[in-house]
Amino acid sequence: MSKHFGGFAALSEVSLEVAAGERFGLIGPNGSGKTTLINCVSGALRNEAGSIVFRGEEVSRLAAYQRTRRGIARSFQLPRPFHSMSVLENLVVPLGYVVGLNDADAHAEARRILETIGLADKAATPSHRLSQVELRKLELARAMAARPRLLISDEAMAGLAGNEVDEVLKILFDLNAAGITIIMIEHIMQAVMRFSQRVICLDAGRIICEGAPAEIVKNPGVQKAYLGA
Amino acid sequence: MLFGILVGCFYAAVSVGLSVAFGLLDVPHVAHPALMVLGSYCTYLLGLYGWDPIVAGIALTPLFFLLGIAIYRFYYETFERRGSDAGVRGLAFFFGLAFIIEVGLILVFGVDQRMVEADYIGKSLSLGGYRIPWRLLVAFAIALLLTAALTLYLSRTFTGRAIKAVAQDEPALRLMGANPVRIKQWAFGIATAVTALAGAMLIVVGPVEPSLDRVYIGRTFCVVVLAGLGSMTGTLFAGLILGVSESIVLTLFGASWAPAVAFGLLLVVLGIRPQGLFGR
Amino acid sequence: MKFWIGAAATVALAAGLAVSGTNEYFFYAGYVVLQFVVLATAWNILGGYAGYVNFGTAAFFGIGAYTAVVLFKAAGAPLGVQILAAACVSGLLGFGTGLLTLRLRGIFFSIATVAVIFIMHTAIVNWRYVGGATGVQLLRPPVMLPFDSYTRMLFVVMAVMAVAGVCIARYIEVSWIGRGLRAIRDNEEAAECSGVPTLKLKLFACTVSGALMGAAGAPLPMYMSFLEPASSFDLNYSVSALAMPMIGGTSHWLGPVIGAILLGSIQQIVTVTISNEINVLVVGVLLVVFVVAAPDGILGLLKKLRWLLRSSR
Repeated sequence: MSKHFGGFAALSEVSLEVAAGERFGLIGPNGSGKTTLINCVSGALRNEAGSIVFRGEEVSRLAAYQRTRRGIARSFQLPRPFHSMSVLENLVVPLGYVVGLNDADAHAEARRILETIGLADKAATPSHRLSQVELRKLELARAMAARPRLLISDEAMAGLAGNEVDEVLKILFDLNAAGITIIMIEHIMQAVMRFSQRVICLDAGRIICEGAPAEIVKNPGVQKAYLGA
Repeated sequence: MLFGILVGCFYAAVSVGLSVAFGLLDVPHVAHPALMVLGSYCTYLLGLYGWDPIVAGIALTPLFFLLGIAIYRFYYETFERRGSDAGVRGLAFFFGLAFIIEVGLILVFGVDQRMVEADYIGKSLSLGGYRIPWRLLVAFAIALLLTAALTLYLSRTFTGRAIKAVAQDEPALRLMGANPVRIKQWAFGIATAVTALAGAMLIVVGPVEPSLDRVYIGRTFCVVVLAGLGSMTGTLFAGLILGVSESIVLTLFGASWAPAVAFGLLLVVLGIRPQGLFGR
Repeated sequence: MKFWIGAAATVALAAGLAVSGTNEYFFYAGYVVLQFVVLATAWNILGGYAGYVNFGTAAFFGIGAYTAVVLFKAAGAPLGVQILAAACVSGLLGFGTGLLTLRLRGIFFSIATVAVIFIMHTAIVNWRYVGGATGVQLLRPPVMLPFDSYTRMLFVVMAVMAVAGVCIARYIEVSWIGRGLRAIRDNEEAAECSGVPTLKLKLFACTVSGALMGAAGAPLPMYMSFLEPASSFDLNYSVSALAMPMIGGTSHWLGPVIGAILLGSIQQIVTVTISNEINVLVVGVLLVVFVVAAPDGILGLLKKLRWLLRSSR
């Protein structure tokens, strides 16, 4: 697909395929178009050219909330909690609107999800009071609550300490084991290497290489993109 | 038609302050026209002491500059800093401010129209069969100078470019060592200072009354949105388009429909092409 | 359950007062206060719950009043029909305004609502059937028993409307719709990605809000026996409808009610004792003070007070 803002081509004919159940990594320097790419996929932005096919269905004309209902979920780079709501209620929103649970079931299921990611004791806390790593987990939990087939995690580990990165990574591994396809955008190389089965690298709106993590790291183009000319 | 062009340029100058405050700084400044009308009344007051309106306008600019800084500082500390509900509250704040200014003016000056006197008001220039009122020409000239000056300032000077930079990429600016808040404060001050002069021109062009800010909300936002947020050159074009449209409607349908033109045009632009002509 | 008892009691109280010997002025002023309860509640559905600030209450209100006039002049329609029609027309207006601008940022919606005031006002001023700028005089139909005066009857009508408005607002607030609106207010992009159909919900809130405002305007021509554009599209309606929920508290249905009763009463007192301009100034100043110092309104202050008292024990 292609996407431009005015005269600026954020994405030029980027084409990629992700297999169901895959763990897919997306890397690239700042400004390379990674977030634009997932904004197009999730529906926050409309791509100008090309198409997005999800599970056999063309979705590029659909609004973001419709794509979420079809199984595409994403977490945000800078966490965006529903700040007037408690942690629990944050999850009730997608459980109600995507999964269609009634109030009682939604609350119960939300509690269950919070247990899985370790935020159960914060259920009643107003979401604006959480710490950074808790906010990141909440972001993922909210995406999980939408029962997605595809989860796009946008720099969920940025700025976290080593053990916190491991916590978040474990959540993603568990989700994948349950059958969810995961696209991970990350700058933390060791996380990408450990997690991904396949990686592509974007630079200035184009794919510069694609392959297994070990190959990507050795690719001169990738090194140049990250370290400069 | 000529009338439309002159008035259009005037609208552009009047809107240029909002182009900075809202277009670049993203402040929901619906009180901008009210500040302009305040400027008009200050000009009127000085006019009672024999001041020429344009001179009065220029003299008011430093005062309004300080006022602008004060308002921005207050707005920033109270709303932008605290995040969360800032959008709604900021908007409500400026709406309330506009209202307070309008009612304050009514209480001090009454609802009657006020005018100002000068050599060039009341006389017209005869040009090829047309009679062009001098006051419009003066306003037109000042408007052009003002828009040109501001455009040059924003593109040539260091502070000017910093202002544009802060609109586009605040974190980058911070990394370069500049303080975004001070820059934005300065920009808002300039926008308000310009508004003082715009107010002076307003009362030159015609009589003013306290409720004039309402129709100018339509005109200024129409120009700013049509231009494309943050585009100074666009402001000139957009002003001309509005001025000409208004004069066409005036001729075809009469004066009672003219105020609705700006608002109607605004709705059309928002519906079809919200990023305006030169939008970023 | 407590709510329904309270609602029924309010209607009963209003009816009881209306047939009692209370001073006529009470109903005259009470009508205005109740009218503001409806307007403030209506405003809050979109402004408080969803976070989209409507400056154009005067337009929806005025169009409601003029719809009533048109139906009365053209067909002698009874008040009930007038109210329903006014709600439909203003609801449609809300829907249209929303459709045009709710896809954009909040401030554009707000400016568009100012535009709607101007355009509607201009349209009415140029429409001779309703009297243009000079307005139109109306003859009230004879009042039915048990009411002594038309004003008393309108007082009860407005009380019923106020209760109905609050019921609607409360229903929205506690339902899934309310949760979706709150998500939109807190973070619209995240709401959309959580499956909330943001545009649909916003349009819904805007339409319902507009409809209620129109309904509140419908009895106005009968109340005044007269209708003219300048006072029906008075910006004061817009400012008040915005100030009252902001002062009372925007996240709960009780907020606009408190704000309307408090501010409405203050307005009545100030207008009568001092002047109309000072009254308008007071509203503006209170709005700014509360927006700056007490963003959660009176309800928020009460909550803090309770928290303080509880923790000091």
